[in-house]
Amino acid sequence: MSDQPILELKNVHSGYGSIKALKGISLKVMPGEIVAIIGANGAGKSTTLMTICGIVPVEKGEIYYQGKLINRVSPEKLPTMGLCQVPEGRRIFPRLSVEENLILGAFHREDKDQIAKDIRHSYELFPILGERSRQHGGTLSGGEQQMLAIARALMTKPKVLLLDEPSLGLAPIIIQQIFKIIADINREEGTTILLVEQNANLALQAASRGYVVETGEITLEDKASSLLTNPKIREAYLGE
Amino acid sequence: MEYFIQQLINGITLGGMYALIALGYTMVYGVIQLINFAHGEFFAAGGYVGAIALAYFAGVGYMDSHPVICLTASFLIAMAYCAYLAVGVEKIAYKPLRKNSRLAALLSALGMSIFLSNGMMLTQGVYDKVYPGELFQGRFDFGMISISYLQIMIVSLTAILLVSLNLLVFKTKIGMAMRATAQDKTMSALVAIGSNRIISLTFAIGAGLAAAAGIMYGLYYGSVKYDMGFIPGIKAFSAAVLGGIGNITGAMIGGLIIGMVEIFGAGYISGEYKDVFAFIILIGVLYFKPNGIMGENIDDTRV
Amino acid sequence: MIHEFKKVWKQYTIGMLWLLGLLWPMLGIHPDGTLTFQKTVTVWSYLLAGSLVCLMIYVMKASGSLRFISTPLSRTTEGLKSATAAFPSWVWIMIVLGFALIYPQFAGRYGTDVAINVLLYICLGLGLNVVVGLAGMLDLGYIAFYGVGAYTYALFNVTYGLAFWVCLPLSAFFACIAGCIVGYPTLRMRGDYLAIVTLGFGEIIRIILNNWMSLTNGPNGILGISPIGIYIPIFENGLTFEHFWVKKLEFFYYFALGLAIFAVIAVRRLNFSRVGRAWESIREDETAAELMGVNTFIYKLLAYAMGAIFAGVAGAFFAARMKFVSPESFTFLESAMVLCMVVLGGMGSIPGIILGVIALIALPEVFRELQSYRMLVFGATMIIMMLFRPSGLIPAKRMGTRSEEKES
Repeated sequence: MSDQPILELKNVHSGYGSIKALKGISLKVMPGEIVAIIGANGAGKSTTLMTICGIVPVEKGEIYYQGKLINRVSPEKLPTMGLCQVPEGRRIFPRLSVEENLILGAFHREDKDQIAKDIRHSYELFPILGERSRQHGGTLSGGEQQMLAIARALMTKPKVLLLDEPSLGLAPIIIQQIFKIIADINREEGTTILLVEQNANLALQAASRGYVVETGEITLEDKASSLLTNPKIREAYLGE
Repeated sequence: MEYFIQQLINGITLGGMYALIALGYTMVYGVIQLINFAHGEFFAAGGYVGAIALAYFAGVGYMDSHPVICLTASFLIAMAYCAYLAVGVEKIAYKPLRKNSRLAALLSALGMSIFLSNGMMLTQGVYDKVYPGELFQGRFDFGMISISYLQIMIVSLTAILLVSLNLLVFKTKIGMAMRATAQDKTMSALVAIGSNRIISLTFAIGAGLAAAAGIMYGLYYGSVKYDMGFIPGIKAFSAAVLGGIGNITGAMIGGLIIGMVEIFGAGYISGEYKDVFAFIILIGVLYFKPNGIMGENIDDTRV
Repeated sequence: MIHEFKKVWKQYTIGMLWLLGLLWPMLGIHPDGTLTFQKTVTVWSYLLAGSLVCLMIYVMKASGSLRFISTPLSRTTEGLKSATAAFPSWVWIMIVLGFALIYPQFAGRYGTDVAINVLLYICLGLGLNVVVGLAGMLDLGYIAFYGVGAYTYALFNVTYGLAFWVCLPLSAFFACIAGCIVGYPTLRMRGDYLAIVTLGFGEIIRIILNNWMSLTNGPNGILGISPIGIYIPIFENGLTFEHFWVKKLEFFYYFALGLAIFAVIAVRRLNFSRVGRAWESIREDETAAELMGVNTFIYKLLAYAMGAIFAGVAGAFFAARMKFVSPESFTFLESAMVLCMVVLGGMGSIPGIILGVIALIALPEVFRELQSYRMLVFGATMIIMMLFRPSGLIPAKRMGTRSEEKES
């Protein structure tokens, strides 16, 4: 592991029109880490990810990816650089088949043989997707859609994977499965993961470090294990 | 019966042209939810450029020696010209308004339509521009029924274009990306699909097809006029709505139906009111089956 | 200024090159097999010069180099505003009205003719404003109701010899019926569909007018419509009334003025009434309006019918003035023009629409020699307004965003 962060936000401000959602977010993600961002509804977690991906424009501050400033890079360029997001609500293309969804994950890639291999690999990782490869994405269950969204993101060959609320609306058993896969991806492929979750307990168990976001600002930053034992966090986010 | 079959053939010819125009409406609507009022003008511009190209070839004398090459070249030139026109139109008049209300984009499209048709009038004149008429003069006769070579050419070319479009949209990666952009632009960007490029491509393809229809129309009816895009434009839009807007197969079928209805209506009911039938279908479909005969459910959103 | 210019010059250059490529096939390829460039380049350089001036102004405005003009200008407008505020608005209305009253005395025949046109279009524009500006439904077949009104008067007058004042309510009534017939099936539709369906309906009505030979005399139109007739009291032998045809343009002008004033007052009253609020609530958010107990269907139909009535009345005046109607006057381009006036002036804003009408009717009369470029300029105006000032020249005070715009 090098000591240069692969993704770094410095005092980032952004928002939707007159509404300011982020008021100076600074965070660092080191290569190979799993970092969790936790916070309440509307704290700015998803906006942080959308700002990193260039969907929400940066108003002030800098975002560095692999040491390069990416403030003004257009969103569709970022996946080609190895920065990919699985957005909140999964956003499967509902009227494309599962296979087509996966192929689109590799839209920018030209290596046909490797793509075919990667699709097969996705089906090994998520056997259910293999069974349903011809079905429309919209007909899948929530858990299957989440798997497809992750598989699709992996098709871009990401170096950094941004995951937004992977547990949202899923049954506990599915959530466990998904988090296990996330950990596997991180361990086996060395993919850096930035995880946004409302389910703080789950996220902090998976992550090595964590940030707490409140109303558009980072209020706390620590090792995940110490956040889990922090009484304030336990009270505010773990329901004790 | 002979009369019926004759009308059927005429209906397919006309319907094919409507289908080609309707595809542009439906694809653009599918991708950016805009009724591109200027689309009829792409059709007219295609007719004009085709006429200009054919006349030029006739002028330099290639027409007599290589008629097929000249015709093919004219089609390609017109399609390329309209694609070029459409991409620019989208960048100027629609792209800046993508975040604004749909009413603003619609009015801008309407303005563009008026602008383009008057631009054509100023550069090409108010009067009909005659197509060189020597092409495809012959016809097959089966008793009372006759099919001109021109009709065969039009129908087969339409079929080729429709099939290739279907292949493009449903079998290639770029077609997949087009469908993905239509469904979710943000997510498309997150998997490296540049929506601006896809939108430009959609406009280019739609306008190219409309241009092909424009030349066919010119060859079939013998002349083109600056305001000829308006009525076929609405009819083709009706076809797109009939098939379910955003649905490519639907637009093809809808175009054929509208063409048939118009020809049969003119043949059996009244020729003077032939333009009315398409509108009545449009209104009827929107009233009873707003998603079209094969449309998917679209959210109930207003301008 | 250099900085601002840097931002746009690339797009501008590409755009102008695109335009050159667009123009050449239309202007430079000739049927005799020759290719020329001169005409293309000439036309293009005119356009280049024109757009360059606009670009420079835009860039200078963006960079603040125009401050030496814009600061005094805004100070003047500020001053004007405070001066306006110094007198109550009725003073200004009186001044405008006074000017309108004496206008024919010095305008001459031609000027009066143009002014009558302006007044009729004000009535049309205000009627369309009810549909588009207040209720938020795009209507592209609006001119059809104008046609219905004009034909109603023409037919009743020519066939039955009914007088103008009898036909006026009939015109309004038939236009209203036509509005309801169009409105009833279409109002369930989404806005952009509505636009195209109204366009279709407008065309249907025009095609019917064009083809129903026995009733409307087809494309030849109806001739010999009587002008407005009034009874003037004569006090010579007690009180008698003399019938008098309003043939002189000057007199007709006053009737048109009356119509326009009536339209302004009516739309204003509607706007600030319960009905107007219901319309605006539908425009802003139809679902919310319905949940608040507004019967959206009835109110939308009412907006349609109301707009149609204005058009019908204006149509009757039009027929009385021209003494001739034909389907030619009621094409889609007329609808587009009325819409353009409303958009240019500002949807929902009465002074805006009046300004829009004057701009689009009176200005082309001033530049008569450029007549053939008129529709081209209309189209360009609509695009430019939408790009740079979508709320119009004089925006309405009460305009919010539409609900579904926020989410996307």
